[in-house]
Amino acid sequence: MPVFEAFRLALQTIRAQKLKSGFSLLGVFIGVASLIAAWSIVNGVNRYMTEKFAQTLYGVNTFQLRRRPMFAANVPDSVWRAWRRRPRIKFSDAEAVTAALTMPVVTAWQSDDNGSVFYGGKEARDIQLVAASERYFEIKNLRIAIGRPFTAQENRSGVPVAVLGDAVAKRLFVDRTPLERSVRIGGIGYRVIGVVEKQGSVLGFPLDRFVVVPAFAPAQSLVNPPGVVDALLVKARSEVEMREAMEVAEGVMRSRRHLRPNQDNNFVLDTSEGVQRFWAGISRILVVVLPGVVIVSLVIGGIVIMNIMLMSVAERTREIGLRKSLGARRRDVLRQFLAESAALATVGAAFGIVAGIGLTLLINAVSPLPASVSPASVVLGVIMGAGVGVIAGVYPASRAARLDPIAALRQE
Amino acid sequence: MTAPPLQAFRTGDTPLPDIVILTHKLTRAYDMGGEVVRALQGVSLQIKKNEYVAVMGPSGSGKSTLMNLIGCLDTPTSGEYWLNAQKVSDLDDDALARIRNKEIGFVFQTFNLLPRATALHNVELPLIYAGHGARERRAQAVHALERVGLADRMQHRPNELSGGQRQRVAIARALVNEPSILLADEPTGNLDSTTSGEIMQVFAALHGQGQTIVMVTHEHDIAAHAARVVTLRDGLIATDQRQAA
Repeated sequence: MPVFEAFRLALQTIRAQKLKSGFSLLGVFIGVASLIAAWSIVNGVNRYMTEKFAQTLYGVNTFQLRRRPMFAANVPDSVWRAWRRRPRIKFSDAEAVTAALTMPVVTAWQSDDNGSVFYGGKEARDIQLVAASERYFEIKNLRIAIGRPFTAQENRSGVPVAVLGDAVAKRLFVDRTPLERSVRIGGIGYRVIGVVEKQGSVLGFPLDRFVVVPAFAPAQSLVNPPGVVDALLVKARSEVEMREAMEVAEGVMRSRRHLRPNQDNNFVLDTSEGVQRFWAGISRILVVVLPGVVIVSLVIGGIVIMNIMLMSVAERTREIGLRKSLGARRRDVLRQFLAESAALATVGAAFGIVAGIGLTLLINAVSPLPASVSPASVVLGVIMGAGVGVIAGVYPASRAARLDPIAALRQE
Repeated sequence: MTAPPLQAFRTGDTPLPDIVILTHKLTRAYDMGGEVVRALQGVSLQIKKNEYVAVMGPSGSGKSTLMNLIGCLDTPTSGEYWLNAQKVSDLDDDALARIRNKEIGFVFQTFNLLPRATALHNVELPLIYAGHGARERRAQAVHALERVGLADRMQHRPNELSGGQRQRVAIARALVNEPSILLADEPTGNLDSTTSGEIMQVFAALHGQGQTIVMVTHEHDIAAHAARVVTLRDGLIATDQRQAA
């Protein structure tokens, strides 16, 4: 019997037994749907991380001179301890590096820690307190919604002024204008001169819970010891110029630290590649865990299909006997039942794909996870579905194929 | 009148060309839980082209076993079976399936139609396994249904047909591959006497067109339609008689 005939027959049988088929599809359906949804989440987050998140945190063509990387996954304790022993980046380091950069770059200092901001009787807790120089806004692409950023002069002289993140402004001032009001940070009043546009969130982390004050403002003492900065941010015009600037910065830092050629850097020049590596570390874990769920449901789906097929073989013993008496060879019967179980599983997989895509859209709509369907997952879903069907069908089909036609025909 | 021996067959011989069925010292023993049951104990039988033979005998006489062997559904324990000058007693499973498909048309007591398929599709089944294309299958199936007088019932499902019509669909299915023998196992067992008469008329007509027919029955008035009656008892041929049609 040609394969085409086998599949036509299989689909007829499935149509004729909708309820039973529906149940037997369930396992594969769930397996494929979860495969697609899970893959979509990883895929979407991946794209988000590489396209948006990294750039939000670092800025385009920007590197940071830091004591240690901002993001790191699976770092052994010994490495952490070594990082903590490294000398900190000093104001003088940042100034020397900035002075050595001859190409057109934008630089800014940045130090930050978490703390509270008060206004009147209200407190905004767990706010990122950023002490930065004036071009920080430009590098981070933070647009001012109302008011203005602070100036180089204000930065240098450490005037107590503050630019609020959107969430902080909303929390402390609700609907009133925060401009020219005084918020208290570390017991000192800061005049609010601007509010940054709403940034939204990445992966559910809010990006609007911050306050930026001048690097030389009194709050510097809250976030770092005197004369120490967390990071020097350098934004170049292109990636090539960024690489050049990184080389210059590395040379300056090595000579300032008197490192011999055989000694490693005791500082890092961190770029968005760092955060991408960090994410790659996390997504590897997801890639290991998620297939587990998928495989479990596909195995269950396979077992269900095998059972249904065994039932089907038992119920249709007489039909098998008849077909054999009419000239069906073992391989014809085998093919018929394999086609049936493969078709069952593929139909299940098809519904699973639709559901998986639906689930992805739902996740996109209601959760912060930026899920996006990967075409590869759809292809894999179909292949896995059909594969499960064929594998689950082998045993029932071979039992059917081996039936003795005389005994099979005699069965009531 | 006892049928004369057609050919003195010895092991190693080849049957004459007009012999469709030749069994030589055919035996079949079953192992039933340690106890060996000898269902056939050496049946030698020759059936010529266009014979109409009824096989009779009480239950346990071995007529079903003989039927299964002639129908290539089973292989003998010993002895030879030649079908159309081809020795089939030592063919493997797939080769037997092919013989069943090409040479034998089965008609069962319980019709054995696929309940969800139309009459036409039921008749097409053997052609699917023969590997014929869809258009050819359809034409041949239509022709077979016309031969049994069911041209107007082709799109009906078995549950929309009467018992006699169902059996005629089964006969059409048996004929569609133009087999060497039509093998009927109690073809009227599930039918009333009027309908049985109709089916016997169909058989007579087919016989008249040159079809070789072997029919197992335990009803004497049905066996009376055949030109030759072979009676089995205890796994051996008891009588073999020709009768006037």
